[in-house]
Amino acid sequence: MKLSPVDYEAPGTVAEALDLLAEHQDDASVLAGGQSLIPLLALRLAQPAVLIDINGVAGLSGVSVTDGWVTIGATTREYVAEESATIAESVPLLAAALPLIGHEAIRSRGTVGGSLAHADPAAELPAVARALNAEFVVRGPSGERVVPAAEWFEGYLTTSRGPDELLTEVRFLAARPGTGTSFQEVARRHGDFAMVGLATSVTLNVGTITDARLAFAGVSDVPARATAAEELLEGERPTAELFDEAARVAAADIDPPSDLHGSAEYRKKVAAALVRRGLREAVGNAMRGSD
Amino acid sequence: MPDISLTVNGATRTGSPEARKTLADFLRDDLSLTGTHLGCEHGVCGACTVILDGRAVRSCLMLAVQAAGSDVTTIEGLGPDGEMGDLQQAMWDSHSFQCGFCTPGMVMQAAAFLSAHPDADEQQIREALSGNICRCTGYQSIVDGVLLAAERIRER
Repeated sequence: MKLSPVDYEAPGTVAEALDLLAEHQDDASVLAGGQSLIPLLALRLAQPAVLIDINGVAGLSGVSVTDGWVTIGATTREYVAEESATIAESVPLLAAALPLIGHEAIRSRGTVGGSLAHADPAAELPAVARALNAEFVVRGPSGERVVPAAEWFEGYLTTSRGPDELLTEVRFLAARPGTGTSFQEVARRHGDFAMVGLATSVTLNVGTITDARLAFAGVSDVPARATAAEELLEGERPTAELFDEAARVAAADIDPPSDLHGSAEYRKKVAAALVRRGLREAVGNAMRGSD
Repeated sequence: MPDISLTVNGATRTGSPEARKTLADFLRDDLSLTGTHLGCEHGVCGACTVILDGRAVRSCLMLAVQAAGSDVTTIEGLGPDGEMGDLQQAMWDSHSFQCGFCTPGMVMQAAAFLSAHPDADEQQIREALSGNICRCTGYQSIVDGVLLAAERIRER
């Protein structure tokens, strides 16, 4: 399985990258860490005319904090994010999800922006971005625009990025005090894409849930918020009965695919189990954090 | 075709690979370093793992042109000239491998991991090797070899 012949461009600046995207539009693929794109090329599921390699683009890598937002440059490698004290402290849900991406050697090259721009609905980071309402900063010929996570994921491997646009950074609001998080997933083998994954974030105020976010991976063509379960949780005190009810509502709300790894019915059962586990762990973390 | 220059096993190597050529194919076909094995060629099996700038990477999942300026270590460069390194000796002593196909990737992944985590326990070693597939051993002998290497490295 060898790649098709392809032209290769390695711009050094965002402006150069945008010029190349404007020139080649849909004939180009943006190459970041390559851990999803290169397999697509090797399997010839994707055959772009040009690869625009953004690994050498200045200013696209790094983690910073401004006004309570944690900003992650698009080409920040997953292992760098995994080792970031800032992310561990301020975006614990992201920190919990990062070690579950593929395997160590994949995270050596894979990038945060690449995973989010690839938008595999079974991947971990899209679910985290949906749960935390991340903001996607996109640069194009007419300047910069900011896309909320709810509008970023449009379909299977499809985002609202235009063919002449480049994702430059992703912003996460730092977790508020009293917030606990959990990332749960069930996969056939460790490191595989999850059959079902769940990003959970719960904020407690004097023992009452004031904010609940549940975002599934692997149950539809985009990462999916369990809004009915979230509404059920908000304003309530956390109990095992409440978590059971939230699990029932969340599982009833999804229509997951069937494939050789598991039936839709099985995935719904897994989803319910993950909601219970995720809520238990997130609430436990929230209580410990507020001590 | 772009000209590239990189360091492979301590020596400067140059080449003019087609853009579509992976680092794995460049190492094997252009530099005749056939110790790096290719199994699945799409990032699933781990056989092609090499160390790039100190970290384990899958050489089938990057282009050779992307490795320009990098420092690459392959299985050929792991031990002192003509001898086995600590990890290789420990894996030999533990009868870690059978057919040998996964060996280079498994050893390079373990080498990268041990250099960063010399105090790793069995669970951490299993986690680190979880992306490398072996169809012979059942993994126990491989984990034993890495654990033995870690023990010997710590004792020195």
